[in-house]
Amino acid sequence: MKIKWALLTILFTIATVLTGCDNPLMVLDPKGPVAATQADVIMISIWTMSFVVLVVMVLYIFMIMKYRASKQRDDYEPPHIEGSKVLEIIWVAIPILIVAFLSVVTVKTTNEVEATPKGYGDQEPLVIYASSSNWKWHFSYPEEDIETVNYLFIPTNRPIEFKLYSFGPISSFWIPQLGGQKYAMSDMVNTLHLAADVPGEYMGRNSNFSGSGFAQQTFNVNALSAKEYDKWVDEIKATAKPITEEKFNELLKPGHVGQSTYTGTHLEFSPAPEGENAGHDHGSSDTEENDSKDTHEEHSEHSNMNHDH
Amino acid sequence: MDYFDRFAVPHPSPAIYASMVAIGLTMIAVVAGITYFKKWGYLWREWLTTVDHKRIGIMYILAALLMLFRGGVDALMMRAQTAIPDNGLLDGQHYNEVFTTHGVVMILFMAMPFIIGLMNIVTPLQVGARDVAFPRLNAVSFWLFFMGAMLFNISFVVGGSPDAGWTSYFPLAGNDFSESVGSNYYAISLQIAGIGTLMTGINFIVTILKMRAPGMTLMKMPMFTWSILITNFIIVFAFPVLTVALALMTMDRLFGTQFFTMANGGSDMLWANLFWVWGHPEVYIVILPAFGIYSEIISTFARRNLYGYNSMVISMVAISTLSFIVWAHHFYTMGHGAMVNGIFSITTMAIAVPTGVKIFNWLFTLWKGKIVFTVPMLYSLAFIPIFTLGGVTGVMLAMASADYQYHNTMFLVAHFHYVLIPGTVFAVLAGFTYWWPKMFGFMLSEKIGKWSFWFIIIGFNVTFFPMFITGLDGQARRMYTYSESTGYGPLNMLSFVGAIGLAIGFALIVYNIYWSTRYASRNISNDPWDARSLEWATHTPIPEYNFAVVPTVDSTEAFWDSKKKGFKLFGGKVEKIHMPNNSGVPFIMSCIFFVWGFALVFSMWIIAIIATIGIFACMIHRSFEKDHGRYISVEEIEETENKLRGAK
Repeated sequence: MKIKWALLTILFTIATVLTGCDNPLMVLDPKGPVAATQADVIMISIWTMSFVVLVVMVLYIFMIMKYRASKQRDDYEPPHIEGSKVLEIIWVAIPILIVAFLSVVTVKTTNEVEATPKGYGDQEPLVIYASSSNWKWHFSYPEEDIETVNYLFIPTNRPIEFKLYSFGPISSFWIPQLGGQKYAMSDMVNTLHLAADVPGEYMGRNSNFSGSGFAQQTFNVNALSAKEYDKWVDEIKATAKPITEEKFNELLKPGHVGQSTYTGTHLEFSPAPEGENAGHDHGSSDTEENDSKDTHEEHSEHSNMNHDH
Repeated sequence: MDYFDRFAVPHPSPAIYASMVAIGLTMIAVVAGITYFKKWGYLWREWLTTVDHKRIGIMYILAALLMLFRGGVDALMMRAQTAIPDNGLLDGQHYNEVFTTHGVVMILFMAMPFIIGLMNIVTPLQVGARDVAFPRLNAVSFWLFFMGAMLFNISFVVGGSPDAGWTSYFPLAGNDFSESVGSNYYAISLQIAGIGTLMTGINFIVTILKMRAPGMTLMKMPMFTWSILITNFIIVFAFPVLTVALALMTMDRLFGTQFFTMANGGSDMLWANLFWVWGHPEVYIVILPAFGIYSEIISTFARRNLYGYNSMVISMVAISTLSFIVWAHHFYTMGHGAMVNGIFSITTMAIAVPTGVKIFNWLFTLWKGKIVFTVPMLYSLAFIPIFTLGGVTGVMLAMASADYQYHNTMFLVAHFHYVLIPGTVFAVLAGFTYWWPKMFGFMLSEKIGKWSFWFIIIGFNVTFFPMFITGLDGQARRMYTYSESTGYGPLNMLSFVGAIGLAIGFALIVYNIYWSTRYASRNISNDPWDARSLEWATHTPIPEYNFAVVPTVDSTEAFWDSKKKGFKLFGGKVEKIHMPNNSGVPFIMSCIFFVWGFALVFSMWIIAIIATIGIFACMIHRSFEKDHGRYISVEEIEETENKLRGAK
């Protein structure tokens, strides 16, 4: 009995929290098409699963209320029942239908969130390289030729293509209100498509454990209108200093740094692990092989520098 | 000096020094106690050298209980640290070590050994056998697990604990980013324990397939035995992958190879794949036996046969097969693309179908039954709704597009605790209470048991439900602290309160053991629960040879039918019984394994080489040893039988 009441109280609390409007949960408060799709999927799955939980709970309560020993005659002998083909087919078939339905939803939406966001297909995406190092985020804007550390300005209503990689352990790039995360790894570049519909400030973080400073590996995301975004870029170009290899290597050392801004990007002297620089791609011709070998050495040099501090 | 620096704890804190002192004092007390009571001989003859599956099982369970408390203290420390924003109780490094060891200890040194302990005690009895197929191998398995666990446990006072998470993802767990010996401990202690587990797997497959009582066809085996058979098949298929992964990891860390590093073509994804190819089936290794335990208990206390026996078996086989083809759902976010993620989503969700079949079968086992609410039954009944919640959130997580939002968050943490705690912890507690009288000849107090049950059930929900909410609110897992502005404070505090409730519940279990050992009545029958399977058909305490006469089986519930329908279980006459001799070699060899592991952790090559030679010497010794076991004579058996009958 106590279980039932405890569970009902909990279910009631979650329902209240989920529907509470003044302080919605971040993941269920999307500010862009990708996060919106994901919030829809989550709600579809919660409702579908509530039905399953309800069926189980009704049967469960019925069984333990009706067939408790204290409610029966002393001489009652429970019968031997092997099972029932019909019932067993029912509880195989209905879950299969539910899983099939959810599979269709999943496959459809997974393709959706892996592509340029809905409604933005006709626009050229803004490419931003987001690379992590212990324990910060470096954002390179090749199009604008600028670089920021630990904060991000993006235009609204334009698809953003994040190119993710890492100078250290696996990190996960996550801006809950704009869309789900993806890993940033040292030997390849992952692509994450996001877009913001609404201007505002959003929380971004590394969500994959990457060492002792991981908890504070966060960044701010500022979504601005196109006009304001352009203004910001111009301002940076007029005021910021260029990023040098020396400065960048200093940034790579483990630790926390505040926000900073530079002109130019580190991609020029420390290219992302894609194409011929990728960890998996060992090239086909001799020259390429040499190239990638050089980059590897350069990489390992960086990582050594990380630790010789 | 450089060398000795490695033995130092890299991040000392008062808590660690206190535990050093505590460990030292406990060891002195244990040694002094055994010496004072002159129990060394008894300990050596009856326990350290035993090859009896029942005693090995009891030792497994004792070790698992010890580890439950070790992992539980870790858990409490984590909840205490995150209970309030910007808490300074633990620093980042210490917190990382705590959650890493919590994960490893709970899965590998608590859940699995607890399950293996129960299966050691019960399986041979349920199939009507006198022991397992390879009794001495069984002892080797236990001692290897035990030494692996001990090696892992000394890490936090000697050299530092692993701090890269129980998944030990590379390159974080590589030398570049984990400079202490912590991850060496991880690789080597898991390797030692894992070899033991793999041998257990082989041992029990053979035991179940070859040593069943006459008449017990596969489809007449009790459900627990079925679950153990399937589990051991998973062990035998999954553990070699762990062995290889850990061997590569050891080479990366000790010998400078670069399988998983960032440079020279090493692939961090290779580790993630190998780890989860083992790691996903691993969760079914700890959960399928639980399904078996619940099947036994629910049918016993509903006073009815298990509903849908055939579909239960088919479901378990289906689950075990599916468990091998879903591993990539642990890293949907690694960038495999929509196609691969879609396929793994579907295979993952498919597991819900056979699992659902089992839930409905248990519910219909209650149908027309006569339910008695004993402590084991309470755990089994509480399992159904809680596990259902865990299961449906599992389906939610399986949907790749949505998982991008849940991945690495507290939502995931809530989910796997919602499946693993009711699925495994409740099950072992239920099974432990249920089989306790068979092991020790008295019952645990039902009253104290019910108190601890309610503390655990309510504490559990209060601890873990809030995590679903904070996860959806963007709280990542493994964060040792967070700022007040995030708003995670109140729900994390609630979790901490729940954790205290859980801790009280577990403490009550220990009190129950203490109380019942002192005061419980010894005057119980061989079959105190009015149960249905063969383990209850023999005496309590169980004689060394289990059954004086091998039982003959006619139905899935042989013992029940012998009670109700008068089927004759023990038809044959008493004959002399062949039993294996005790041996000190498994214990000694495992001690050498411990030294070997310790030497490898600290790269002490000379000791490692000597230990390696020692290990091989033990094996060579065994291969030339002429030990044909011994016979228990008919007179001796009859004397034992008369004494045991008289005791009742």
